[in-house]
Amino acid sequence: MRRTAIRPAIPERSDDPRVEVTLTVNGQAVRRTVSVRMLLSDFLRHELGLTGTHVGCEHGVCGCCTVHIDGKAGRSCLTFAVQANGCHIRTIEDVADDDGALHPIQQAFKECHALQCGFCTPGMVMNILSRFEEREPLDLSEDGIRDMLSGNLCRCTGYINIIAAVRRAAELLGRA
Amino acid sequence: MKPPLFAYRAPKTLDEAIKFLASDADAMVLAGGQSLVPAMNFRVASPSMLVDIQHVEGLKGIAVEGGTIVIKAMTRHRELELDPHVRRANPLIAEIMAHVAHVPIRNRGTVVGSLCHADPSAEMPLLFVLLDGTLTAAGPGGTRHIPAAEFFQSFLTTARQQDEIVVEARLPVLPERAGWAFDEVTRRHGDYALVGVGCVLELDDSGRARNVQLAACGISDRPVRLKAAEAALNGTSLATANLDAAALASADAVTQTDDMNTSMSYRRRVLGALIRRLVAIAAQRAGGGSRQ
Repeated sequence: MRRTAIRPAIPERSDDPRVEVTLTVNGQAVRRTVSVRMLLSDFLRHELGLTGTHVGCEHGVCGCCTVHIDGKAGRSCLTFAVQANGCHIRTIEDVADDDGALHPIQQAFKECHALQCGFCTPGMVMNILSRFEEREPLDLSEDGIRDMLSGNLCRCTGYINIIAAVRRAAELLGRA
Repeated sequence: MKPPLFAYRAPKTLDEAIKFLASDADAMVLAGGQSLVPAMNFRVASPSMLVDIQHVEGLKGIAVEGGTIVIKAMTRHRELELDPHVRRANPLIAEIMAHVAHVPIRNRGTVVGSLCHADPSAEMPLLFVLLDGTLTAAGPGGTRHIPAAEFFQSFLTTARQQDEIVVEARLPVLPERAGWAFDEVTRRHGDYALVGVGCVLELDDSGRARNVQLAACGISDRPVRLKAAEAALNGTSLATANLDAAALASADAVTQTDDMNTSMSYRRRVLGALIRRLVAIAAQRAGGGSRQ
């Protein structure tokens, strides 16, 4: 094809096999018919309009797409929407109260200036929240927090303020 | 960065799952998806069919039975890591697990899936080769048990047949008086290991080492038992000269040539250093006092 050639219109509907998925997202029952290859991250963003879940690397390295799948942090870019059939999904949109009051982890991020551009923040918060909810002992040493954050990349802060925010969140949540 | 098209099957029974696998030479098993889905997103893998085994009956859970830890196919890394019975039965597992990627990956990825993926730098294959674990594969012709030493054949290649599903994997409980240690050298925390080494050993009443088991990942096309180093340590008092001899004896086990990560000679030096360090740690823990 010549480089200047204008391509034909993209078809309205794809020929992908489609499958019905039924799941609970942030406490709300959801049913959609989607392509079998749709990633959960794209499902949340494009089918449900929940764009708080960010997509960075799409191969599980950056952690921006982290959501809770049946109560545990997981990469939504490494999960097909159809795999989440019947699951309970929780995203960053569900973390603050309905009246806008921040969750203690979000409050700690705000107080400690733990974000600059904010792209990584939803994944960071969902990962940290999962660890706080896991009820395993938390290692709040510098090394322990760095290990906790090691699956989430931040290209702005240099992590120092995020580490401080985890400590502050532990204080606010009575886990320090 | 979007996966190629595939047919999706979510069987409820093992028989159905095996039939789907047997029906299509390019079908693959989908368990946790933490290695397969990134490969698909990169289009390095493009299976024509995915057989999702998460709903198959009987593939979940962990059991410690007698001297054996039974890990079912859908058991996630994190489940095995945090299981209190497993921690008591074999403390090496939690020590190794801390090096497997990151917690959100371990929440989804399965132990058996990692074994079947068979990355030669990965920790789970090393664990099974180190402890002489076994895998149980179910196929159209029935069920067979495969020792870990025979399971890993080459880079991303195992003894599993295309129409077989590994339904469970078994590890031994560590003897009460055994010492253990694992560590690895990586470019970044959570990455695959440049070199990883695991060690289990016992000490007799006179403080001499026996039943020394050593294995490494990242040094070859599969995880490797370091038999020559084990022989150099068995029956010795683990003095510095014995550790040096074991490190020297392990050099030939490194067959991974220079690659984008590092050189062969660096891998040999790291392997020797890890053997010296980890044998010493395992010896300190031997005797039973270190178990929680």
